[in-house]
Amino acid sequence: MKMPRYILKRLISVVPLLIGISLISFFVMHLAPGDPTALFVDPSVAPQELARIRANWGLDRPVFVQYFFWLKNAVRGDFGTAYILNRPVMQIIAERIPATLLLMGTSLFFILLIAVPLGVMSAYKKGGIFDNIVSVLSFAGMSIPSFWLALMLMLMFSVQFNLLPATGMGEGFADIARHLVLPVLTMVLIGFAGLTRYVRSGTIEVLRQNYIRAARAKGLPERTVLFKHALRNSLLPLITILGMTIPDLFAGAFIIETIFAWPGMGRLGVGAIFSRNYPLIMGVVFISSFLIIIGNLTADLLYSVADPRIRAGRKD
Amino acid sequence: MPEERIKAPKMKRFRKNKLAVIALFLLFFMGTVAVFAPFAAPHDPDEIRSTALEAPSVKHFFGTDDFGRDIFSRTIYGARISLSVGLVAVSISVIVGFFFGMISGYFGGFIENFIMRFVDVMLSFPSIFLILAVQTMLTPNIYNVMVVIGLTSWMGVARLVRAEVLSVKERPYIEAARAIGASGPRIMLRHIMPNVIAPVIVAGTLGMAGAILTESALSFLGLGVQPPLSSWGNMLQDSQAYLRDAPWMSLIPGLLILFTVLCIYLVGEGLREEIGR
Repeated sequence: MKMPRYILKRLISVVPLLIGISLISFFVMHLAPGDPTALFVDPSVAPQELARIRANWGLDRPVFVQYFFWLKNAVRGDFGTAYILNRPVMQIIAERIPATLLLMGTSLFFILLIAVPLGVMSAYKKGGIFDNIVSVLSFAGMSIPSFWLALMLMLMFSVQFNLLPATGMGEGFADIARHLVLPVLTMVLIGFAGLTRYVRSGTIEVLRQNYIRAARAKGLPERTVLFKHALRNSLLPLITILGMTIPDLFAGAFIIETIFAWPGMGRLGVGAIFSRNYPLIMGVVFISSFLIIIGNLTADLLYSVADPRIRAGRKD
Repeated sequence: MPEERIKAPKMKRFRKNKLAVIALFLLFFMGTVAVFAPFAAPHDPDEIRSTALEAPSVKHFFGTDDFGRDIFSRTIYGARISLSVGLVAVSISVIVGFFFGMISGYFGGFIENFIMRFVDVMLSFPSIFLILAVQTMLTPNIYNVMVVIGLTSWMGVARLVRAEVLSVKERPYIEAARAIGASGPRIMLRHIMPNVIAPVIVAGTLGMAGAILTESALSFLGLGVQPPLSSWGNMLQDSQAYLRDAPWMSLIPGLLILFTVLCIYLVGEGLREEIGR
């Protein structure tokens, strides 16, 4: 009956994290020199009018008062109104989240589909040709600048062969799927490397254990030993690693969405940063950090479900 | 010193890791070329040499860019910028991470808790976002890029150092040092630090690869190193508009980034295998 308590403890630990994140992002933005009105408001406007706009946006109050009001509203799910667009931040973000989740989810699916078998097989034949090839490929994957890979794929598939659309998202299932290919391919080629290496080292570790020797000694076929006895245990840490990969996926999505003009949260955020749309920036940072933390939390909880030793309090 | 005896066979083993040694050699070569760029580059990187967008030829190994500048010379000067941004950024992150990791591991209690929660917060940010935000607010230039990348990537080192310090600080020789009245900073720097430095060097090496990648992404978005200075990232930014007409403009700086980062990773992995963690 320790489970609910563990969950509760973890859930409570999220609150200070979120407050810390919002504090840092708020002050980083607001302590910077310059003022968003300079970007949005016609400079020829009368000073009184400018003062009115600033008051309207709450910019005339001290920064910590602004933060306090922001936090007070954010708790109720109200992230304010975006400048210029004049719509609630929450609404704008809600429109963009599905596209980002679609991109990240599809990428993650393919990354796992590739990384797990590659990792297990190269651990099994450690030091062999297959292992070496996979090693080189995954190092290459880790070393490619994502934006450059995106450009090269565009150059190849959109410009040269005109096979796939380079930008946008399209409409309807088939069209969206076509638009999804290049961004997902980019994210998979960049992302599979790290996971493959983790699966590989995890499996190598597990294959050394006595119960693997025991399973072999029993005369079980290698396939059963590998995929039933070894894989289950080597996949355990993978849950945590997956949680840790989520921020990377987000970071990747930011740049990749921008290049492929994928209408997700990343592109929204980058645009908001460039135009200093404070409420929108805060909203995107907060929501994406929130999703990251939820991802980590889910990973932790899943881990404790999968591995009873954690629940019993023997952490790490 | 017993350390000497341990070090020698380690270096020998590292030398046996052929891939890592080749990578180290290539990095050394690139570093040398970058340092001596004025002698290595055939042309002035900013000089307009010929018609724009000339394809690679004997005259211009990597072709010319949209202003007719020699891309080969620009990549050599770009190496200077990209490599030094990577090096400085990673130094900042290692120093900051080391400091926080050391004091939180050594002092424990409230300090440790506070620092580690702060690390959690920093790790939950999509860091690219923080970097972008700070860069739009500051005037983007090469020094800001170094500092911003350094200050958003120290958390891994801090966690690593803390864990190492925790495992080292209860050892008898630390107790002995304390018993003879060594001060806190002296114990940290003279007695603990040498024992935790190896994994930090590995993390630093791998961190440099990340820093170079981040710099290139920032410069690509126009928030990093600014023209007329050339970095591999901002050369790629220029190339975007000529993807169809002058693919070499985007191909070459990208391949160089890939190649450099790959070499750094290989060296880092080689070192990691050596220290056995």
